[in-house]
Amino acid sequence: MTALMNTVDDSTETTGRVRRVPGEPGLWILLFGDMMVFLILFGVYLHERGRQTQVFDHAQETLNRNLGALNTLLLLASSLLVALAVRAVRGESRRLAPRLVIGGIACGLGFIVVKAFEYHAKLAAGLTPQTNQFFMYYFVLTGLHLVHLILGLAVLCALWVLARKPTLGKTQLAIFEGGACFWHMVDLLWIVIFPLIFLVR
Amino acid sequence: MQNLIRTRTTIVWLFLITATALSWAIGSDHGFGGGGRTAASIAILLVAVLKIRLVGRYFMELREAPIALLALFEGFCVLVFGVTVGMYLLA
Repeated sequence: MTALMNTVDDSTETTGRVRRVPGEPGLWILLFGDMMVFLILFGVYLHERGRQTQVFDHAQETLNRNLGALNTLLLLASSLLVALAVRAVRGESRRLAPRLVIGGIACGLGFIVVKAFEYHAKLAAGLTPQTNQFFMYYFVLTGLHLVHLILGLAVLCALWVLARKPTLGKTQLAIFEGGACFWHMVDLLWIVIFPLIFLVR
Repeated sequence: MQNLIRTRTTIVWLFLITATALSWAIGSDHGFGGGGRTAASIAILLVAVLKIRLVGRYFMELREAPIALLALFEGFCVLVFGVTVGMYLLA
């Protein structure tokens, strides 16, 4: 695996685009492992849905699709800001990098606020993981995602510290890229969870 | 600043926003009945997979990654589509 993902020295710009691993090879084992766990959960969710389609469809009607979509937009905006921050730390716009990371963190915090509002509305209406299978999976999937998002925010705080440094070494740049990829994974997972739980009927 | 924003990443982002709005509109429309509903759900899942592919290729910069890593990611996207649509239709 590591042989396949060999990092090519990127000092040769003249030879055109050199293929290189974003971040660090070991990170991708973690990211793909995480993504596979979620994929299995998606399969299990749809399997359970197939057994009680009416219960799931009826329960889904109580979800607020607008809040789900708003959270998608927040994470997409956050991902863009972090992707631009990666470009900024590499190039001459380095001074913008800390602000871009802060913007990414702010969008992530926005997601938590929306989610808290959503959870509160559900719990206040007496809808808990014990209500039925749909709400069990709703809370497990969105909750597990939220844990990743909170971890991701901690990662972004570390990136902010790095972004403020006047210069970054090769390893620090790799850490910056890797941390950004973790954050993009949080976005990627939500891109599937939102339609799966909120929209697919 | 302008050079930073004028990139393919920003164009991809605009596409992602548009796709989200589209899925939300299809998914929120209660007018679907029977077959239309199934088709709409599959379309929504397809759009989701196309979106994660763009996030991987452009935001994670996997399109510039070694072929093996890129192939692993593309394989994951195919798997997500297969598992979600397959389970949706068969379960």
